[in-house]
Amino acid sequence: MSGSRPALVRPAPLRQRVLQPEVEIRVCLGTGGVAAGSREVLRAFEEGLAKQGVFAVVRPREGGADGRCACVTGTGCQGLCAMDPLVEVHLRRSGNATEVTYGQVTPAMVEEIISRHILGGEVIDKWIVKTDEHATEYDPFFERQEKLALRHVGVIDPEDIDDYLEADGYQALYKVLSSLTPDEVIDEITRSGLRGRGGAGFPTGLKWRFAADAKSPDGVKYFICNGDEGDPGAFMDCSVLEGDPHAVFEGMAIGAYAIGATTGYLYVRAEYPLAIRRLKIAMKAAEERGLIGDNIMGSDFSFHLKLKEGAGAFVCGEETALMQSIEGNRGMPRLRPPFPAESGLWGRPTNINNVETLAVVPWIILNGAEAFAARGYEKSKGTKVFALAGKVKRTGLAEVPMGMTLREVIFGIGGGMKGNKAFKAVQMGGPSGGCLPESLLDLPVDYETINQTGAIVGSGGMIVIDQDNCIVDTARYFLSFTQQESCGKCPPCRIGTKRMLEILERICAGEGTLADLDFLENIASQVKLGSLCGLGTTAPNPVLTAIKYFRDEFEEHVVEKKCRAGVCPALTTYLIDVVKCTGCTACARVCPVQAIRGERKEPHVIDQELCIKCGACFEKCRFDAVRRS
Amino acid sequence: MDEHELEERFQELLDKYKGEPGALIPLLQGAQAIFGYLPQEVMARVAEAAGEPLSQALGVATFYSQFRLKPHARHTIRCCHGTACHVSGATLISQEIEKHLGIKAGENTPDMFFTVEEVHCVGACGMAPVVMIDDRAYGKLTPDKAVAAVKAFREQKEVQEAGGNSGAALVAASERGDR
Repeated sequence: MSGSRPALVRPAPLRQRVLQPEVEIRVCLGTGGVAAGSREVLRAFEEGLAKQGVFAVVRPREGGADGRCACVTGTGCQGLCAMDPLVEVHLRRSGNATEVTYGQVTPAMVEEIISRHILGGEVIDKWIVKTDEHATEYDPFFERQEKLALRHVGVIDPEDIDDYLEADGYQALYKVLSSLTPDEVIDEITRSGLRGRGGAGFPTGLKWRFAADAKSPDGVKYFICNGDEGDPGAFMDCSVLEGDPHAVFEGMAIGAYAIGATTGYLYVRAEYPLAIRRLKIAMKAAEERGLIGDNIMGSDFSFHLKLKEGAGAFVCGEETALMQSIEGNRGMPRLRPPFPAESGLWGRPTNINNVETLAVVPWIILNGAEAFAARGYEKSKGTKVFALAGKVKRTGLAEVPMGMTLREVIFGIGGGMKGNKAFKAVQMGGPSGGCLPESLLDLPVDYETINQTGAIVGSGGMIVIDQDNCIVDTARYFLSFTQQESCGKCPPCRIGTKRMLEILERICAGEGTLADLDFLENIASQVKLGSLCGLGTTAPNPVLTAIKYFRDEFEEHVVEKKCRAGVCPALTTYLIDVVKCTGCTACARVCPVQAIRGERKEPHVIDQELCIKCGACFEKCRFDAVRRS
Repeated sequence: MDEHELEERFQELLDKYKGEPGALIPLLQGAQAIFGYLPQEVMARVAEAAGEPLSQALGVATFYSQFRLKPHARHTIRCCHGTACHVSGATLISQEIEKHLGIKAGENTPDMFFTVEEVHCVGACGMAPVVMIDDRAYGKLTPDKAVAAVKAFREQKEVQEAGGNSGAALVAASERGDR
């Protein structure tokens, strides 16, 4: 086959770097960074550097400046969201290169960084997150990671295709088109042991094999990237799409070549405006360079890519619902078989992979299946990106080899609990997953092991909760989510989730009975068995694991009418400690229902009849005078 | 933008997707971007352009949470109620914003400046709890900080909408590279 191939054009940056600036500033512009104010920080660097008059502020590929130059770049998510905005300062001076990362940078700090560090050469220790010079308390966050899927995220400028090309971008696609047959590509991915990162963990190579073998009536096949990251509390795919969009395109093109598709759809959540914006920029650039479109790199392979914006429906993360949505219909799943590989989008053989899965494909092609398979654990090979959030100190994105224990991820990388409160549970896999207690923290993160607990690895969301969170409320939260998002097609899910939610609401309101708990488990097992798609079959997981591992807390709600975390309003009372109260009136002013009375400088009192248990006074009081029980 | 201009943009949209399979959702999205919501007559013309009955267009529009059948204010506050935000106090933040504006989630302020919505996860979980105002996310909020952000946003926009240069420059800068 390779004998008849035309000579291909190896992709390369069009605009080479014409200069190595003395100063390079990289600011995290992921959604998290922006939320922390990184755009203002980026602007402060540009303006602050220009104002000094020492450096010409340049774009390194444009040049046009003599003398001392500085450049300021925005990157995707740099990972340690807890310390956003993160800023990397790279200095190149007299043959010496130094790199320092500052955390929680504000525009006000920028001036000092410029004058003391950039001009004065003095590193400002108190703001350092990472440096080559010495260890910092954040080192464990970075050291334990191995970035394959995230290899470019937070490093390159996602809006500049030349940045990606310079970092070996599209070289895997070149390798595939110039030297591998579709079968060889599938074999490589199969040998790597890569499994779908969207949650189900289905072997990617096998999936591609099914789609490649399927016959299409008119030769048309489709390749879809599922970027409908709906799990509330997970942002891995968001960060990959925002930080390294071309890697996803490249993975899609390789997969399309392998299965014989020429049209691809990238389906992305409407709730990710920044990702959509960067994908559009990247797609235009890739098309202009001939990396997507007809006869890619001069080969006879063509691949056209379309961006589809979701419209807000969690169920569209399910593959058959997603295809319905692309076709312009209500996103309702259908029975499988037929599987998408036989009859998918518009009745044609279709392959669907998750964002993270596709982002790692070019790495596997370039580094070899063995390099990927060498990492990981038993049947779970390679690395996985986890989104650490909730009550953990170092929230953010971490990519680690599979098989690392939960404790290492949460307490090693994540740095343990915020405010040193007591760990209660980690919720894995979002609304389809489960809550795992302290006693299971030494389990390795591997698809099979986690499945045995009743939770799932899922797409990689890890929400850590502490003593201040109520396990019953958390289960109720997930059920209210799945109940709202149930598409309504099949009765077990439509009615079952509603009944389960009602029971949980009763328990949270202090009106539950012990029989309710049995009833809850009973319905849960029926919903699991009888539902049509993954949404319904997994919706009971958070409830079942919560009851399994935290039954005492449920019973406390039912029997003692007590919520130990003080979260369920009906089971919580707020009282003011007359000794501690200084009469500052802050609580009375914040109370939404005017339930707090008292004279200034005199102890205040909460009228229990009026109190709606919102907790506003508790949050507001600076003297610990408001007590919750 | 006057009515004539809106109509022109809408017609352009209808022409753009003419005959394309699966165009119903992008058409509805485009129409909503033009009109701010989906009035019935707009929906009827979208259905016609997509070659679908009106019932299908209505079915799709009511299935997805993004579509609005009622007028929407000029700016949207999205209170994130993803898991990370929920366990970090999103309920209190929603309550405080609603109290400040005197409306509930799903409602518009009487002057049609803000609409408040509750959404599931905006993907900034590391910064929980988060509120988005239009396309800008605000993280690590407390009820007080959230209200301050809402107030600051309004002041900035009002200066900008009144044609003041400094406000416009500020907003433009804070949205640097955005759109």
